[in-house]
Amino acid sequence: MKVQVVGSGCAKCKLLEQHAREAVATLGLDVQVEKVTDMTAIAAMGVMSTPALAVDGMVKSAGRVLSTDEIARYLA
Amino acid sequence: MWQRLVDWFVFDAFKLLRGSAFASALDFFIYDTVKILALLVVIIFLIALVRSFFPPERTKRVLEKVPELLGTILAALLGIVTPFCSCSAVPLFIGFIEAGIPLGVTLSFLVSSPMVNEVALVMLWGLFGWKIALLYLASGIVVAIASGFVMGRLKLERWVEEYVYAIHGARGSIEVLSWKARAEYAWGTVGEIVGRVWPYVLAGIAIGGFMHGYAPADLLARYAGPHLWYAVPLAVLIGVPLYSNAAGVIPIVNVLMEKGMALGTALSFMMAVTALSLPEAVILRKVLKPKLLALYFGVVAIGIMLTGYLFNAVIR
Repeated sequence: MKVQVVGSGCAKCKLLEQHAREAVATLGLDVQVEKVTDMTAIAAMGVMSTPALAVDGMVKSAGRVLSTDEIARYLA
Repeated sequence: MWQRLVDWFVFDAFKLLRGSAFASALDFFIYDTVKILALLVVIIFLIALVRSFFPPERTKRVLEKVPELLGTILAALLGIVTPFCSCSAVPLFIGFIEAGIPLGVTLSFLVSSPMVNEVALVMLWGLFGWKIALLYLASGIVVAIASGFVMGRLKLERWVEEYVYAIHGARGSIEVLSWKARAEYAWGTVGEIVGRVWPYVLAGIAIGGFMHGYAPADLLARYAGPHLWYAVPLAVLIGVPLYSNAAGVIPIVNVLMEKGMALGTALSFMMAVTALSLPEAVILRKVLKPKLLALYFGVVAIGIMLTGYLFNAVIR
Protein backbone atom coordinates (compact mmCIF):
# COMPACT_ATOMS: atom_id res chain seq x y z
CA MET A 1 0.00 0.00 0.00
CA LYS A 2 1.25 3.46 -0.84
CA VAL A 3 0.17 6.46 1.19
CA GLN A 4 0.89 9.94 -0.11
CA VAL A 5 0.37 13.29 1.59
CA VAL A 6 0.10 15.88 -1.14
CA GLY A 7 0.97 19.48 -0.40
CA SER A 8 3.76 21.99 -0.56
CA GLY A 9 4.50 22.48 3.10
CA CYS A 10 2.01 24.78 4.71
CA ALA A 11 0.82 24.11 8.26
CA LYS A 12 -2.23 22.13 7.12
CA CYS A 13 -0.08 19.82 5.02
CA LYS A 14 2.16 19.08 8.01
CA LEU A 15 -0.91 18.34 10.13
CA LEU A 16 -2.28 15.93 7.55
CA GLU A 17 1.08 14.19 7.41
CA GLN A 18 1.09 13.84 11.17
CA HIS A 19 -2.41 12.33 11.17
CA ALA A 20 -1.45 9.97 8.36
CA ARG A 21 1.56 8.71 10.27
CA GLU A 22 -0.58 8.24 13.37
CA ALA A 23 -3.17 6.28 11.40
CA VAL A 24 -0.51 4.02 9.89
CA ALA A 25 1.03 3.43 13.31
CA THR A 26 -2.33 2.74 14.96
CA LEU A 27 -3.24 0.14 12.34
CA GLY A 28 0.22 -1.34 12.62
CA LEU A 29 0.75 -1.20 8.87
CA ASP A 30 4.19 -1.50 7.33
CA VAL A 31 3.67 1.44 5.06
CA GLN A 32 5.76 4.48 4.24
CA VAL A 33 4.03 7.84 4.20
CA GLU A 34 5.35 9.72 1.20
CA LYS A 35 5.18 13.48 0.80
CA VAL A 36 4.50 14.98 -2.61
CA THR A 37 5.58 18.62 -2.58
CA ASP A 38 6.49 19.40 -6.17
CA MET A 39 3.80 21.57 -7.83
CA THR A 40 4.11 19.75 -11.13
CA ALA A 41 3.74 16.36 -9.50
CA ILE A 42 0.76 17.62 -7.50
CA ALA A 43 -0.94 18.85 -10.65
CA ALA A 44 -0.19 15.59 -12.46
CA MET A 45 -2.11 13.74 -9.75
CA GLY A 46 -5.16 15.85 -10.50
CA VAL A 47 -4.96 17.62 -7.15
CA MET A 48 -6.08 21.25 -7.18
CA SER A 49 -6.40 22.06 -3.51
CA THR A 50 -4.01 21.03 -0.81
CA PRO A 51 -3.51 19.26 1.45
CA ALA A 52 -4.65 16.04 -0.16
CA LEU A 53 -4.39 12.35 0.65
CA ALA A 54 -3.82 9.57 -1.87
CA VAL A 55 -3.86 5.83 -1.21
CA ASP A 56 -2.35 3.51 -3.82
CA GLY A 57 -2.28 6.34 -6.32
CA MET A 58 -5.94 7.29 -5.90
CA VAL A 59 -6.75 10.67 -4.43
CA LYS A 60 -9.17 10.09 -1.57
CA SER A 61 -9.53 13.61 -0.30
CA ALA A 62 -8.38 17.08 -1.25
CA GLY A 63 -8.53 20.46 0.38
CA ARG A 64 -8.93 19.55 4.01
CA VAL A 65 -7.07 17.99 6.92
CA LEU A 66 -8.48 14.55 7.61
CA SER A 67 -8.54 13.30 11.17
CA THR A 68 -6.50 10.26 12.11
CA ASP A 69 -9.70 8.18 12.27
CA GLU A 70 -10.86 9.27 8.82
CA ILE A 71 -7.49 8.32 7.36
CA ALA A 72 -7.54 4.97 9.17
CA ARG A 73 -10.88 4.23 7.53
CA TYR A 74 -9.38 4.80 4.09
CA LEU A 75 -6.45 2.55 4.93
CA ALA A 76 -8.28 -0.37 6.48
CA MET B 1 -27.54 47.78 22.66
CA TRP B 2 -23.98 46.52 22.71
CA GLN B 3 -22.91 50.14 22.18
CA ARG B 4 -24.75 51.14 25.37
CA LEU B 5 -23.00 48.43 27.34
CA VAL B 6 -19.60 49.52 26.11
CA ASP B 7 -20.41 53.18 26.76
CA TRP B 8 -21.39 52.28 30.33
CA PHE B 9 -18.18 50.34 30.76
CA VAL B 10 -15.91 53.12 29.55
CA PHE B 11 -17.67 56.22 30.83
CA ASP B 12 -19.41 55.06 34.02
CA ALA B 13 -17.44 52.08 35.27
CA PHE B 14 -14.07 53.59 34.62
CA LYS B 15 -15.22 57.18 34.96
CA LEU B 16 -13.45 58.30 31.83
CA LEU B 17 -14.35 61.73 30.58
CA ARG B 18 -16.94 61.80 27.83
CA GLY B 19 -15.62 63.66 24.85
CA SER B 20 -12.02 63.06 25.79
CA ALA B 21 -9.97 61.69 22.97
CA PHE B 22 -8.76 58.67 24.88
CA ALA B 23 -12.19 57.61 26.09
CA SER B 24 -13.59 58.02 22.62
CA ALA B 25 -10.85 55.87 21.17
CA LEU B 26 -11.22 53.19 23.83
CA ASP B 27 -14.98 53.09 23.41
CA PHE B 28 -14.59 52.60 19.67
CA PHE B 29 -11.95 49.92 20.20
CA ILE B 30 -13.87 47.71 22.60
CA TYR B 31 -17.13 48.03 20.72
CA ASP B 32 -15.73 47.22 17.34
CA THR B 33 -13.32 44.50 18.41
CA VAL B 34 -15.95 42.32 19.98
CA LYS B 35 -18.54 43.03 17.32
CA ILE B 36 -16.19 42.21 14.48
CA LEU B 37 -14.69 39.10 16.05
CA ALA B 38 -18.16 37.73 16.77
CA LEU B 39 -19.32 38.46 13.24
CA LEU B 40 -16.21 36.87 11.80
CA VAL B 41 -16.75 33.63 13.70
CA VAL B 42 -20.35 33.25 12.58
CA ILE B 43 -19.94 34.29 8.98
CA ILE B 44 -16.70 32.44 8.28
CA PHE B 45 -18.34 29.30 9.61
CA LEU B 46 -21.38 29.68 7.35
CA ILE B 47 -19.37 30.53 4.28
CA ALA B 48 -16.93 27.66 4.81
CA LEU B 49 -19.96 25.37 5.04
CA VAL B 50 -21.20 26.64 1.68
CA ARG B 51 -17.73 26.28 0.21
CA SER B 52 -17.52 22.63 1.20
CA PHE B 53 -20.00 22.10 -1.64
CA PHE B 54 -17.79 23.78 -4.24
CA PRO B 55 -14.41 22.03 -4.40
CA PRO B 56 -12.17 23.20 -7.27
CA GLU B 57 -12.74 19.87 -9.02
CA ARG B 58 -16.46 20.66 -9.36
CA THR B 59 -15.73 24.18 -10.59
CA LYS B 60 -13.31 22.78 -13.14
CA ARG B 61 -15.93 20.36 -14.44
CA VAL B 62 -18.41 23.18 -14.90
CA LEU B 63 -15.98 25.53 -16.61
CA GLU B 64 -14.52 22.99 -19.04
CA LYS B 65 -17.95 22.49 -20.60
CA VAL B 66 -19.03 26.06 -21.29
CA PRO B 67 -18.10 28.48 -24.11
CA GLU B 68 -15.43 31.05 -23.30
CA LEU B 69 -17.51 34.18 -22.71
CA LEU B 70 -19.98 32.44 -20.42
CA GLY B 71 -17.01 30.76 -18.77
CA THR B 72 -15.36 34.09 -18.01
CA ILE B 73 -18.51 35.27 -16.22
CA LEU B 74 -19.11 31.98 -14.40
CA ALA B 75 -15.48 31.78 -13.35
CA ALA B 76 -15.72 35.13 -11.59
CA LEU B 77 -18.86 34.00 -9.74
CA LEU B 78 -17.46 30.58 -8.88
CA GLY B 79 -14.27 32.21 -7.64
CA ILE B 80 -16.30 33.56 -4.75
CA VAL B 81 -17.65 30.21 -3.56
CA THR B 82 -14.72 27.96 -4.31
CA PRO B 83 -12.32 27.72 -1.40
CA PHE B 84 -9.04 29.22 -2.43
CA CYS B 85 -5.69 29.01 -0.74
CA SER B 86 -2.73 30.74 -2.30
CA CYS B 87 -0.68 27.65 -1.51
CA SER B 88 -2.70 25.68 -4.06
CA ALA B 89 -3.00 28.49 -6.62
CA VAL B 90 -0.38 26.84 -8.83
CA PRO B 91 -1.85 23.31 -8.96
CA LEU B 92 -5.27 24.87 -9.47
CA PHE B 93 -4.06 27.02 -12.37
CA ILE B 94 -2.35 24.00 -13.95
CA GLY B 95 -5.44 21.86 -13.37
CA PHE B 96 -7.74 24.34 -15.12
CA ILE B 97 -5.41 24.92 -18.07
CA GLU B 98 -4.70 21.28 -18.79
CA ALA B 99 -8.42 20.51 -18.62
CA GLY B 100 -8.72 22.83 -21.59
CA ILE B 101 -10.21 25.80 -19.76
CA PRO B 102 -9.20 28.96 -21.70
CA LEU B 103 -6.56 31.24 -20.17
CA GLY B 104 -8.97 34.19 -19.92
CA VAL B 105 -11.50 32.11 -17.96
CA THR B 106 -8.80 30.79 -15.63
CA LEU B 107 -7.51 34.31 -15.01
CA SER B 108 -11.02 35.57 -14.30
CA PHE B 109 -11.23 32.93 -11.56
CA LEU B 110 -7.79 33.84 -10.28
CA VAL B 111 -8.72 37.51 -9.96
CA SER B 112 -12.07 36.96 -8.29
CA SER B 113 -10.97 34.44 -5.68
CA PRO B 114 -8.82 36.69 -3.52
CA MET B 115 -10.63 39.89 -4.47
CA VAL B 116 -14.09 38.95 -3.36
CA ASN B 117 -13.15 37.99 0.12
CA GLU B 118 -15.80 36.83 2.54
CA VAL B 119 -14.12 38.42 5.51
CA ALA B 120 -14.10 41.75 3.68
CA LEU B 121 -17.76 41.36 2.76
CA VAL B 122 -18.78 40.68 6.33
CA MET B 123 -16.84 43.57 7.72
CA LEU B 124 -18.07 46.00 5.10
CA TRP B 125 -21.62 44.92 5.81
CA GLY B 126 -21.08 45.29 9.55
CA LEU B 127 -19.39 48.65 9.39
CA PHE B 128 -20.94 50.34 6.37
CA GLY B 129 -24.18 48.58 5.59
CA TRP B 130 -25.35 46.17 2.94
CA LYS B 131 -25.28 48.61 0.05
CA ILE B 132 -21.55 49.12 0.28
CA ALA B 133 -20.92 45.43 0.81
CA LEU B 134 -22.95 44.73 -2.33
CA LEU B 135 -21.04 47.41 -4.23
CA TYR B 136 -17.78 45.77 -3.24
CA LEU B 137 -19.07 42.38 -4.32
CA ALA B 138 -20.32 43.67 -7.66
CA SER B 139 -17.17 45.59 -8.44
CA GLY B 140 -14.98 42.60 -7.60
CA ILE B 141 -16.96 40.43 -9.98
CA VAL B 142 -16.89 43.05 -12.75
CA VAL B 143 -13.14 43.63 -12.43
CA ALA B 144 -12.58 39.85 -12.55
CA ILE B 145 -14.76 39.39 -15.64
CA ALA B 146 -13.26 42.39 -17.42
CA SER B 147 -9.69 41.34 -16.61
CA GLY B 148 -10.33 37.78 -17.77
CA PHE B 149 -12.06 38.97 -20.91
CA VAL B 150 -9.34 41.45 -21.88
CA MET B 151 -6.52 39.00 -21.24
CA GLY B 152 -8.43 36.22 -22.96
CA ARG B 153 -8.81 38.32 -26.12
CA LEU B 154 -5.10 39.04 -26.18
CA LYS B 155 -4.27 35.38 -26.77
CA LEU B 156 -1.43 35.24 -24.30
CA GLU B 157 -0.91 31.51 -24.08
CA ARG B 158 2.70 31.96 -25.13
CA TRP B 159 3.26 33.94 -21.93
CA VAL B 160 2.36 31.02 -19.73
CA GLU B 161 5.26 28.84 -18.63
CA GLU B 162 5.54 26.01 -21.15
CA TYR B 163 5.60 23.15 -18.65
CA VAL B 164 2.02 23.96 -17.69
CA TYR B 165 0.77 22.79 -21.08
CA ALA B 166 2.89 19.65 -20.90
CA ILE B 167 1.22 18.29 -17.80
CA HIS B 168 -1.55 15.78 -18.16
CA GLY B 169 -3.26 15.40 -14.86
CA ALA B 170 -5.21 12.45 -13.62
CA ARG B 171 -8.96 12.85 -13.49
CA GLY B 172 -9.80 14.13 -10.04
CA SER B 173 -12.53 12.80 -7.84
CA ILE B 174 -14.91 14.61 -5.51
CA GLU B 175 -15.05 13.27 -2.00
CA VAL B 176 -18.51 12.83 -0.50
CA LEU B 177 -18.65 14.59 2.84
CA SER B 178 -20.94 13.92 5.77
CA TRP B 179 -22.50 16.92 7.51
CA LYS B 180 -20.27 16.21 10.47
CA ALA B 181 -17.18 16.41 8.28
CA ARG B 182 -18.46 19.63 6.73
CA ALA B 183 -19.07 21.15 10.13
CA GLU B 184 -15.61 20.13 11.29
CA TYR B 185 -14.07 21.60 8.17
CA ALA B 186 -16.02 24.84 8.63
CA TRP B 187 -15.09 25.09 12.29
CA GLY B 188 -11.46 24.37 11.43
CA THR B 189 -11.57 27.19 8.91
CA VAL B 190 -12.89 29.57 11.56
CA GLY B 191 -10.04 28.66 13.92
CA GLU B 192 -7.52 28.99 11.15
CA ILE B 193 -8.69 32.35 9.82
CA VAL B 194 -9.55 34.04 13.11
CA GLY B 195 -6.41 32.60 14.65
CA ARG B 196 -4.35 34.13 11.90
CA VAL B 197 -6.23 37.35 11.54
CA TRP B 198 -7.06 38.57 15.06
CA PRO B 199 -3.84 40.56 15.63
CA TYR B 200 -4.53 42.44 12.42
CA VAL B 201 -8.11 43.08 13.44
CA LEU B 202 -7.01 44.40 16.82
CA ALA B 203 -4.27 46.50 15.26
CA GLY B 204 -6.55 47.81 12.56
CA ILE B 205 -9.23 48.76 15.06
CA ALA B 206 -6.67 50.24 17.45
CA ILE B 207 -5.31 52.47 14.70
CA GLY B 208 -8.85 53.30 13.68
CA GLY B 209 -9.74 54.07 17.29
CA PHE B 210 -6.72 56.28 17.65
CA MET B 211 -7.73 58.26 14.61
CA HIS B 212 -11.37 58.30 15.70
CA GLY B 213 -10.45 59.96 18.94
CA TYR B 214 -7.42 61.97 18.07
CA ALA B 215 -7.20 62.99 14.43
CA PRO B 216 -9.18 66.03 13.32
CA ALA B 217 -12.35 65.24 11.42
CA ASP B 218 -11.42 66.53 8.02
CA LEU B 219 -7.79 65.54 7.97
CA LEU B 220 -8.05 63.54 4.81
CA ALA B 221 -10.62 65.54 2.92
CA ARG B 222 -7.91 67.88 1.76
CA TYR B 223 -5.62 65.09 0.59
CA ALA B 224 -7.99 62.38 -0.54
CA GLY B 225 -11.39 63.92 -1.07
CA PRO B 226 -13.38 63.24 -4.21
CA HIS B 227 -12.24 66.32 -6.03
CA LEU B 228 -8.64 65.14 -6.27
CA TRP B 229 -8.13 63.23 -9.50
CA TYR B 230 -4.95 61.54 -8.34
CA ALA B 231 -6.37 60.17 -5.09
CA VAL B 232 -7.68 56.96 -6.66
CA PRO B 233 -4.54 55.91 -8.57
CA LEU B 234 -2.43 56.89 -5.58
CA ALA B 235 -4.55 54.80 -3.24
CA VAL B 236 -4.28 51.82 -5.60
CA LEU B 237 -0.54 52.21 -6.09
CA ILE B 238 0.00 52.33 -2.34
CA GLY B 239 -2.33 49.38 -1.85
CA VAL B 240 -0.81 47.00 -4.39
CA PRO B 241 2.47 46.19 -2.65
CA LEU B 242 0.84 46.19 0.77
CA TYR B 243 -0.34 42.89 2.06
CA SER B 244 -3.02 42.55 4.61
CA ASN B 245 -5.94 40.30 5.04
CA ALA B 246 -9.27 42.02 4.69
CA ALA B 247 -9.98 42.03 8.39
CA GLY B 248 -7.04 44.22 9.15
CA VAL B 249 -7.51 46.80 6.46
CA ILE B 250 -11.20 47.53 6.80
CA PRO B 251 -11.18 49.25 10.17
CA ILE B 252 -8.54 51.54 8.71
CA VAL B 253 -10.70 52.11 5.67
CA ASN B 254 -13.53 52.88 8.05
CA VAL B 255 -11.67 55.68 9.68
CA LEU B 256 -10.14 56.94 6.44
CA MET B 257 -13.65 57.49 5.18
CA GLU B 258 -14.78 59.06 8.40
CA LYS B 259 -12.00 61.54 8.04
CA GLY B 260 -13.01 62.59 4.58
CA MET B 261 -11.61 60.10 2.09
CA ALA B 262 -14.03 59.50 -0.75
CA LEU B 263 -15.81 56.14 -0.83
CA GLY B 264 -14.43 55.12 -4.21
CA THR B 265 -10.89 55.93 -3.17
CA ALA B 266 -11.20 53.98 0.06
CA LEU B 267 -12.74 50.93 -1.59
CA SER B 268 -10.16 50.86 -4.35
CA PHE B 269 -7.42 51.05 -1.73
CA MET B 270 -8.99 48.09 -0.01
CA MET B 271 -9.34 46.09 -3.20
CA ALA B 272 -5.74 46.83 -4.18
CA VAL B 273 -4.47 45.62 -0.81
CA THR B 274 -6.47 42.40 -0.81
CA ALA B 275 -6.46 41.43 -4.48
CA LEU B 276 -2.84 42.07 -5.39
CA SER B 277 0.16 41.39 -3.23
CA LEU B 278 3.83 40.61 -3.42
CA PRO B 279 3.44 37.10 -1.98
CA GLU B 280 0.81 36.37 -4.60
CA ALA B 281 3.10 37.66 -7.36
CA VAL B 282 5.85 35.31 -6.19
CA ILE B 283 3.48 32.37 -6.32
CA LEU B 284 1.97 33.23 -9.70
CA ARG B 285 5.44 33.69 -11.18
CA LYS B 286 5.71 29.90 -11.12
CA VAL B 287 3.12 29.62 -13.86
CA LEU B 288 3.04 33.05 -15.51
CA LYS B 289 6.01 34.48 -17.36
CA PRO B 290 7.05 37.96 -16.15
CA LYS B 291 5.23 39.77 -18.99
CA LEU B 292 1.95 38.06 -18.24
CA LEU B 293 2.39 38.53 -14.52
CA ALA B 294 3.01 42.25 -15.04
CA LEU B 295 0.04 42.48 -17.37
CA TYR B 296 -2.13 40.65 -14.86
CA PHE B 297 -1.25 43.10 -12.11
CA GLY B 298 -1.60 46.05 -14.45
CA VAL B 299 -5.00 45.07 -15.81
CA VAL B 300 -6.41 44.34 -12.37
CA ALA B 301 -4.95 47.56 -10.92
CA ILE B 302 -6.50 49.59 -13.74
CA GLY B 303 -9.81 47.82 -13.27
CA ILE B 304 -9.74 48.72 -9.59
CA MET B 305 -8.88 52.35 -10.37
CA LEU B 306 -11.75 52.63 -12.84
CA THR B 307 -14.09 51.19 -10.24
CA GLY B 308 -12.84 53.77 -7.75
CA TYR B 309 -13.49 56.63 -10.16
CA LEU B 310 -16.92 55.25 -10.97
CA PHE B 311 -17.97 55.13 -7.34
CA ASN B 312 -16.63 58.59 -6.64
CA ALA B 313 -18.60 59.91 -9.57
CA VAL B 314 -21.81 58.08 -8.81
CA ILE B 315 -22.02 57.97 -5.04
CA ARG B 316 -22.40 61.15 -3.07
